[in-house]
Amino acid sequence: MARVARSDIDAAGLQSRGLRMGIGAVLLLIAVAAEHGFGSLDISTFYFLAVLAIIYVPPWEDVPVVGRYARATIAIVIAFTYPFFWDKLFTVPIFGEFPSVSTGVVMLVFIMMAVGLNIVVGYAGLLDLGYVAFYAIGAYVAAWFASVQFPHANVHFGAVGVAHNLPGFHISIWLLLIAAGFLTAGVGVIIGLPTLRLRGDYLAIVTLGFGEILPQIARNSDNFFGTGFNLTNGPNGITPIDSPGFFGVNYLTGSGTFWTSERLFYWTGLLLLLFTIFCSVRLRDSRLGRAWIAIREDETAAAAMGVPLMRTKTWAYASGAFFGGIAGAYYASFKSATFPGDFFFNISVFILCMVILGGMGNIWGVIFGGAFLAYLDQEGLADSGAWMHTHLHILSGDTVPKYEFGIFGVILLVTMLFRPEGLIPSTRRAAEFHEGGEFAEEYLYDVQHEGN
Amino acid sequence: MVSEASQQPLAARTGYRPSVTGIVGLSLVLLLVAWLGVNFYKTPSDFIQIFLIGFTVGALYALIALGYTLVYGILELINFAHGDVFMLGSMMAVTVVGTSLFNLHQGQAWYVLWPLVIVALLICMAFCGGLNVTVELIAYRRLRHAPRLAPLITAIGASFILQNVGLAWKGPNYVQTASVLPTGTVFSTHGVEYTWEKLIVLIVTTPVLLLLVWLVQRTRQGKAMRAVAQDKDAAAMMGINVNRTISFTFLIAGALAGVAGLLYALYAGSVRFDQGFQLGLIAFTAAVFGGIGNLPGAVLGAVLIGLIQAFNEGLTWHAPGSDWTQSIVFGLLILILVFRPEGLLGERTPEGG
Repeated sequence: MARVARSDIDAAGLQSRGLRMGIGAVLLLIAVAAEHGFGSLDISTFYFLAVLAIIYVPPWEDVPVVGRYARATIAIVIAFTYPFFWDKLFTVPIFGEFPSVSTGVVMLVFIMMAVGLNIVVGYAGLLDLGYVAFYAIGAYVAAWFASVQFPHANVHFGAVGVAHNLPGFHISIWLLLIAAGFLTAGVGVIIGLPTLRLRGDYLAIVTLGFGEILPQIARNSDNFFGTGFNLTNGPNGITPIDSPGFFGVNYLTGSGTFWTSERLFYWTGLLLLLFTIFCSVRLRDSRLGRAWIAIREDETAAAAMGVPLMRTKTWAYASGAFFGGIAGAYYASFKSATFPGDFFFNISVFILCMVILGGMGNIWGVIFGGAFLAYLDQEGLADSGAWMHTHLHILSGDTVPKYEFGIFGVILLVTMLFRPEGLIPSTRRAAEFHEGGEFAEEYLYDVQHEGN
Repeated sequence: MVSEASQQPLAARTGYRPSVTGIVGLSLVLLLVAWLGVNFYKTPSDFIQIFLIGFTVGALYALIALGYTLVYGILELINFAHGDVFMLGSMMAVTVVGTSLFNLHQGQAWYVLWPLVIVALLICMAFCGGLNVTVELIAYRRLRHAPRLAPLITAIGASFILQNVGLAWKGPNYVQTASVLPTGTVFSTHGVEYTWEKLIVLIVTTPVLLLLVWLVQRTRQGKAMRAVAQDKDAAAMMGINVNRTISFTFLIAGALAGVAGLLYALYAGSVRFDQGFQLGLIAFTAAVFGGIGNLPGAVLGAVLIGLIQAFNEGLTWHAPGSDWTQSIVFGLLILILVFRPEGLLGERTPEGG
């Protein structure tokens, strides 16, 4: 098990050193061409490809002791230094510039949610179509306790850069992140307990139902069940929401030219994401994580082996929800607003699409899927649409973003049809999708079904 | 993966239910009846009027719900894209009815109106049927033997694609259709008015439903459908072309969605690209309510859901109102799935009949 987990990064099947060398050679060739001022290519192309080659080509996993962490370390260093060099990078054909730092914050938040959903969908194999509900709860926790939504209260605790006479709750965002995580996990358990005994597709529908009900409650609760109590401010949403801060530096204003608002949000988001990834990997390799994978592969066999189904599934739900809640609270604080309109079914599918495109169950795949789709959502589609408009003279500039969810639908469909294990699959998951072939699953299932 | 092996507790299988659930359920039903009773007592004519509206809408939902239930019965797949097939059907209806060739307008003589409406109906049925078969061919056929979540995910993908086709076709706003159906009253008594358009929805729906029952229960093709629903491999051994039968089922389901699309376009008067998701989920709830895979169950569930929606939106005494319709429908769906996953009409039979 642990061995499989460690070699996940190479699971795409590009394990052979020869192939890797070949790819590295091609990368270097392009890089050299770039360095010689080939056409309009930039010198930064050279650095970019060189770094890719350094991450990818050397057989890092064979290096004793430090080899395991080499790739991750390089990736983390690059991610942390990204705000310093993103605007100096070359222009990608069609897509244009590299994502800005504030887009990076959104990408980090969505990657966090994707990693959280991956615990439910990828590890435990439970399809959750209402993940947006957890995001919504997290966002509203931040909105309630760090804004002027409840003007009769005047509670300040640890909030940085908020005037002391400002009415409403103003709790430190750091505490709210934790609170949002735990509250959302609790809601996950409450939703999970009655529903998790349902079969796969019914469970998907029930989660979808919760994902639709909660935003509707948010939309209608400016007059909370007819009591006149304004809980959520209805469709107008709650805004502004306090920003986090420490040592007297508020994230909204930043401090000086180095600690700008964007960078602060970006680095904090990155730390939260690293925390999420760390937890996710440790959970996967734990006893609980192995129980999830056992349930995913064969529920009956897992139960026969003594895995408590309900408890294990509920833990998967709670863990997934926990990170969704934190991400939601952080995102609300970053946007300084939360609206019921942010929590449509579309968003659930958007996050699901990240998990599926990248590769269910594989942390690298999910990070890639999340980063790529969140980037498309924020900048990529608009940029590529504009490019098509000016260079190919087809489509008007806003056409591509308009059909965003159609594009995501195509991604879901094509991925599931031709590469159900995702772009960067986990070895185990890929084996599950391709095992059995013509029989095995069908027959066993039918026998039991008739037995009822 | 056999993880789908039924996880129902022993209680569900033996028909025994813990009494607490029963009491809670019973008291909820009693509360509902009491609420309806008070409303009826306060405003009897409104109540009947709303009942008629609910019944009509329920008949429309039945057509969509049957599509879900037919497909679920044969493939055990929630065809997420079905609602969007219905949406495209209603857009087709708007297009057809709006063409100058048809020149349909209010107050036309019945011998002009009816043949044209029937032609439009056939066009919509053929369009939606073909569309549904195509969706099956592209999105589901390759995944017959894949883990069960795979076709569900492609279904969501197909749903989004179709929704965007609708968006590209008719744009993001409501598209109005000419009101074609006669709006005069059939009868009017004690302040209750029954209008022709409501009756026409029933006049079209009822024969379609009867035809469907006949098709599934009396014809060779229907027999093949039931056989495939029961056991694909045994059916294949008996010489039934399984893939063709499944395609046929999708064709029928799509045709029903086409009927619903036309009726909805004419009855509601406006269509939009995202209506399919909403109504599709309501219809799916109806199918689950009645017992998914069960044809009469789908109709019963749909009529009940239609009534619930109409009462919720129309009644004046302590009704939550249309802001809450969606939550009520989904709440109901969750309650049914949790407490009685086999639906109202008893046992869960995979065959639709």
